[in-house]
Amino acid sequence: MIDRAIALLALLVLGAAPALAAPDGARLYSQNCAACHGENGTGGIGVPLALPSFQATISDDYIRKTIINGRPGRVMPSYKALNKDQVEALVRYVRSWNKGKAVTYSALPVKGDPKHGAQLYAEECASCHGADGEGGRGTGVTFSRPRDLPIMAPALNNVGFLASATDAMIKRTLVEGHEGTPMVSYIKKGLTEQDIDDVVSFVRSFERSPLPHNTASLAAEKPVIIRQSPYDLKTTVANVTQAINNNNFFFGRAQPLEYGLVAPDKADPHQVVLYFCNISFLNQALAIDPRVGMFLPCRITVVEHNGKVQVMSVNPKVLSRLFNNSELDVLCDRMQRSYIAIMEEATL
Amino acid sequence: MNFLNRLAALLLLAAACAAPAAADDLLMARSDLMYPEAMMVLQSAIKAQGYTITRLQQVNENLAKRHYKSDMYRVVFFGKYDEVKALAASHPELIPYLPLNITIFAEGNNAIVLTAHPRTLEEFFPDPKLKPIFERWEADMVKIMDTVRESK
Ligand code: HEC
Ligand code: HEC
Repeated sequence: MIDRAIALLALLVLGAAPALAAPDGARLYSQNCAACHGENGTGGIGVPLALPSFQATISDDYIRKTIINGRPGRVMPSYKALNKDQVEALVRYVRSWNKGKAVTYSALPVKGDPKHGAQLYAEECASCHGADGEGGRGTGVTFSRPRDLPIMAPALNNVGFLASATDAMIKRTLVEGHEGTPMVSYIKKGLTEQDIDDVVSFVRSFERSPLPHNTASLAAEKPVIIRQSPYDLKTTVANVTQAINNNNFFFGRAQPLEYGLVAPDKADPHQVVLYFCNISFLNQALAIDPRVGMFLPCRITVVEHNGKVQVMSVNPKVLSRLFNNSELDVLCDRMQRSYIAIMEEATL
Repeated sequence: MNFLNRLAALLLLAAACAAPAAADDLLMARSDLMYPEAMMVLQSAIKAQGYTITRLQQVNENLAKRHYKSDMYRVVFFGKYDEVKALAASHPELIPYLPLNITIFAEGNNAIVLTAHPRTLEEFFPDPKLKPIFERWEADMVKIMDTVRESK
């Protein structure tokens, strides 16, 4: 018994060895962050991290907390499953791009007048960061599609941001700006230090008006949308095709599920996948999140199983959760309604 | 503390350290290669895991038809015939999630590949019979992603 236990332990420790050894920041970055922030921190779906002007205004603690908190609803994941050493290795790696002296910030609140701050915010900041601090549309700096701003303005009302940035850091950002980005120095733009303190206290006040969260309603969603069809397979396929056209999509093609896996005459004809699209909707979705390929093309499957005919599709709202993008949640809600409309029209 | 207690504590610790890094999000990788080369690596990595590629869904071409601009963008569908056939028969509600797919698009001189963690399906379809299949898909996807990430 003890022998077996020791053998088991040895096996486990071996398996866990890479996690127990000093973690390699570069490797962790490449595995967890580079897909979005770029191998060299130049940005992509995520914002740039290597810019000297950005590195000059942040602290190690800001990176540390951003990794742990993420930005709920704003694409940046939270890395709660990384252990402390791994997070520290990542912090050191990201900070290796800092050429200046490392800053640390006081946690004390900046004293200002949030009312006056709100007025300045509406005049100076809302055009980029949104009227309620919700941030610019889309993602980071993605080069793969045309965009308004070279870098998306981050969300300032985000719980992950507010929990990671101290007032002093926000103030420094406003005083110095991030050279080389649309975020300029507001001292140079003519605000006084008191004005800036007022804006900072307004930004901090976003903490008191947190955004409604939709996680609870998502938990109730089923992964698949299914409707029973009173018609036979052939009629149902024809109905779905018609309903696709009626609902502002163009019909692409119908294929057996086993298409491409087996010779066409061998494929099971009882599972028919209907592909369709709405190009302008697709373009809108890709601008919000270039990762939406997973939903493409739109498809509904008609299945005959044990004599019963069903139409079914993935539930876009359930998949949307994986993207951590609240703008995408809104589109997936629309997509879900379209799917249901098509399926109900076809099985009426 | 006796030996077995200590052992149990150690085991717990080891298990905690070996926990997967990301849970509720997407599997993503960046390739240093240009899109066409990354696409070749992706396809051969998929085949190396024993899958057949069933379709390369064009995306940017369809956007271009309506004059929307986009860099190269494809969704690669793949599966194993026996597996898809058996699953569609035993678990028809799984059909909308079949066959598997990976999205690939160009980003400047790099390419990005991504997919959902097949592990997520365990939560959607809690049948214990499906678990080993989802676990295998997860391992296969991780291998494919690693291959694309690491090929220079
Ligand atoms: C899925 C894409 C994605 C991944 C993966 C990702 N990030 Fe981010 N990250 C973003 C986006 C998008 C933002 C900007 C969010 C916002 O505020 O609107 C961001 C913001 C940040 C910020 C704040 C930047 C600023 O300008 O204040 C830091 C720091 C950061 N990420 C670090 C990391 C690190 C370290 C990792 C890996 C452990 C990582 N990110 C993984 C997308 C990502
Ligand atoms: C022209 C558009 C624009 C305007 C106007 C603007 N910003 Fe920004 N802001 C940005 C962009 C883009 C970034 C991201 C810069 C980067 O990636 O380093 C940013 C970054 C920031 C950051 C750092 C947040 C983070 O997550 O990195 C803060 C804080 C901020 N802005 C606050 C403000 C406030 C307050 C105002 C008004 C006084 C303002 N900004 C005006 C575009 C703008």
